[in-house]
Amino acid sequence: MSEPVMNVAVGGAWRRVPLGVQGRLAIPRAALRRAVTPIGLLVAWQAASSVGLLPPRIMPAPLTVLAAARDLLASGALIHHLAVSLLRVTVGLGIAILTGTVLALVAGLSRLGEDLVDPALQMARTLPFLALVPLFILWFGIGETPKVALVALGATFPIYLNLFAGIRGADPKLVEVASTLGLSRSGLIRHVILPAALPNFLTGLRYAIGIAWLSLVVGEQINADSGIGYLMMDARDFLRTDIIMVGLAVYALLGLVSDQAVRGLERTALAWRPAARLGR
Amino acid sequence: MSISVQEAADTQVRGLVRRFGPTAVLDGLNLEIPAGSFIALLGRSGSGKTTLLRTLAGLDVAEQGVVVLPPRRAVVFQEPRLMPWKRVWENVALGLPEADARARAEQALREVELSHRMDAWPLTLSGGEAQRAGLARALVRDPDLLLLDEPFAALDALTRLRMQALVAALWARHGMAALLVTHDVDEALLLADHAVVLQRGRIGLQLRIDLPRPRRHGSPEFAALRSELLGSLGLTAEEAA
Repeated sequence: MSEPVMNVAVGGAWRRVPLGVQGRLAIPRAALRRAVTPIGLLVAWQAASSVGLLPPRIMPAPLTVLAAARDLLASGALIHHLAVSLLRVTVGLGIAILTGTVLALVAGLSRLGEDLVDPALQMARTLPFLALVPLFILWFGIGETPKVALVALGATFPIYLNLFAGIRGADPKLVEVASTLGLSRSGLIRHVILPAALPNFLTGLRYAIGIAWLSLVVGEQINADSGIGYLMMDARDFLRTDIIMVGLAVYALLGLVSDQAVRGLERTALAWRPAARLGR
Repeated sequence: MSISVQEAADTQVRGLVRRFGPTAVLDGLNLEIPAGSFIALLGRSGSGKTTLLRTLAGLDVAEQGVVVLPPRRAVVFQEPRLMPWKRVWENVALGLPEADARARAEQALREVELSHRMDAWPLTLSGGEAQRAGLARALVRDPDLLLLDEPFAALDALTRLRMQALVAALWARHGMAALLVTHDVDEALLLADHAVVLQRGRIGLQLRIDLPRPRRHGSPEFAALRSELLGSLGLTAEEAA
């Protein structure tokens, strides 16, 4: 993908358009080309299953997986487990955003805060937090708490680290301007430092969402009685690889959707950045 | 000995000392900027021009001396220094009371001929437009003292000429005092009614520029003042040509 491109204004927005095909439908054609490989793989997979090359116990055919998904939808099981998983991630991520933001503000906006908060977080962050699962089960039992806590713990660090770096990275020249404009400390934070740190915060949020789903997978595969992870572990006991594949697909979709949501948020919140206009 | 800052209509600096390490960049400097006057501050690089301006802007704290300042001051920097996440008018209005901020910003932007871009993002502005937005941000505060820190240095030659004319017109209309830090002798002669040259931490030369406005390069009086200023900077007119 290194063909020559030029920036062309389309409907008020800048788009990168391959040279030589401006004015024609260049973007859909590129999208079509990019879809060839995944679709080809799916077709090959289905063909290999149909002729018996892939044993269904190891790798069910795409159509079998689709049928399993339809059954799970019809019975309401998929929706139920999905709702449970979504709730865990939402609550855990919400706690992480709140904690990470508060800690980053405390550490980022005052030296005292940095001395009190940063060393502890830098130490805690080096710990592979998934190793805390046994401890969390002893502390919190096997209900919702250990799962939500695992998500919250893992997702706090990227929020904290990125927002802290963003606050400290605010351009000192703009901080000087704020002082010549007579802005108070709270005005400086609101108009200069926080907007300057917003791109970093959103990067942190994207990492945090990835880690949140990862933590959930781990949390739900140990001592759970609901959620997508439980659905998959339960399917394993009955050798239902098709249901396991449905679970994987759901996780992948959830990751994709949440990543797109943050990208959308970035486009709105960072509309001032020329890079955001390119759609990257 | 310490620094003392007071308020009055005329800007005054007396006995200002500022050291960076062992070297005194400003060494007992005295300067007066009467209300309504336009002073160009020249000097070789490293002579402390910007340090003096930053002291007057409240961005740098000198060790010794007396600084008397008028109540309202505004700064235009060499780079536009706009907040990229605020639209042009929000940048201009930043720090104003909110009630009529937009109207006042629009008025200031109209004065710098940028009102058509008031809702634009700063990163979409050209260099000259961004610098005019910076100028509007200073003007909107109705300053008694306008501090200009090489505001045209990063602009192309044509844009620079237009900006200089704009600043001359705005100064004539508003009648604030202005301190222009520059290394451009022609610019000083074009705009200021006094040129002062920083030498060894003090004002080495103070030159009254009594040319009629609007000023033209190339008149004999202009040329004479030019070579005098260049001489005090250690250059001949031939070297600077």
